[in-house]
Amino acid sequence: MTKDEIKRMIIEQILEVAPDISVDEITPDGSLQRSLEIDSFDFLKILTAMHEKTGVEVPESDYAKVATLESMTGYFAAHL
Amino acid sequence: MPSLGADMESAVLMEWHVKEGDAVKKGQIIAEVETSKGVIEIEVFEEGIVEKLLVTPETECSVGMPLAIIVSSSESIAQTEETKHETITKEQNLSHEERIKISPAAHKRADELGVDLNKITPLEGVIQLSQVEAVAPTKVEAPKHAEAKEGMRQAIAAAMSRSNAEIPHYYLATSINMTPALEYLQELNRERSIKERILPIALLIRAVVLSLKEVPQLNGFWQNSEMQISKEIHPGIAIALRGGGLITPALIDAQNMNLSDTMNALSELITRTRSRKLRSGEMTKQTITITNLGDLGVESVYGVIYPPQLAIVGFGAIMEKPWAEGDALCVRKVMRATLAGDHRATDGRIGALFLEKLNQYLQKPEELL
Repeated sequence: MTKDEIKRMIIEQILEVAPDISVDEITPDGSLQRSLEIDSFDFLKILTAMHEKTGVEVPESDYAKVATLESMTGYFAAHL
Repeated sequence: MPSLGADMESAVLMEWHVKEGDAVKKGQIIAEVETSKGVIEIEVFEEGIVEKLLVTPETECSVGMPLAIIVSSSESIAQTEETKHETITKEQNLSHEERIKISPAAHKRADELGVDLNKITPLEGVIQLSQVEAVAPTKVEAPKHAEAKEGMRQAIAAAMSRSNAEIPHYYLATSINMTPALEYLQELNRERSIKERILPIALLIRAVVLSLKEVPQLNGFWQNSEMQISKEIHPGIAIALRGGGLITPALIDAQNMNLSDTMNALSELITRTRSRKLRSGEMTKQTITITNLGDLGVESVYGVIYPPQLAIVGFGAIMEKPWAEGDALCVRKVMRATLAGDHRATDGRIGALFLEKLNQYLQKPEELL
């Protein structure tokens, strides 16, 4: 899986929990939770869906490493 | 039509889940209605046989209007004969349109698009959503959506105005060291798969429920100028909707749930709230409200009580703060918990006892399991 594919997959999951967001609102370095108003419940949903698709489970201690679109993409790319 | 909120005046019956002659059990979902807060499933609170459905789908019904006759086995026949007469005249008034079989979604869409249902030939006896959309002249989505949103805004406005006009609120706040609870949760989650992970809000709800068992005076209603304490604890969880508005459905019988149950029930409730699939009991049974604005970075929440409830508990963001322990200054994860209470029912002392219990539970998180 390329980084671009991972990024697309994450965006897909974000839009799943927050269908009102337009793709250009998702900036690479903005905090997903704060800037897109994704609460902890939806954030867990995104990670659960990513786990189902990639097999990578993000432990809670690594949440800080998946806070933005860019860092989350990097995280999954490194752990695949 | 039950009242699904202090401010509700009417709702549209969308679909029956039972037919005449069916036996119904307590708690069974018998119908779906559409309110300004979305589609709600109506439960029945008695056992019996559905004698008569008085209302056809898509009818707007005011609160208190009978929707169906359910006869319990002990009830006399004579009584039902009497009501029958009334319903027959109602039935005669049904227009052709109301007799057409149509899926609820298709009917809703037809209303939105202004489609004449008489012009559609039902597919296998039922008009489908795709058929409605196919014959629609143009798509006009915005007005209906705006209308529903406006309805919710008005409902919130009415309830909150009533609260501020009638309820003398008192407010209390306390800072809670959340480090022990979060460390405990982290340990717990380490052994769980991502699907079974517990969020801090579930732990907080559990702490509220256990504290209410010890300080029950905040759990219940102010009705007819007196306090009615509820044995069951059905906390209404404030759930914000993307795009505006909020709904506070009840986590029914939270007093019987352990931590995992609480998380599962919460997760299910949030999902159903956001897809607007709530049950009538969840809209009416709340005995207290819990609101958590921590995810948005808010430090303290000063809540407005939802009448006729007695209190609202607010949680702010969990933040790293300087914290004194003994004579040492350290950094801890700290959260502000607030309580707004109805001063007609309780005094600050009860509120203070509650917040202290809450704090104690969060310092011994193993008791929350």
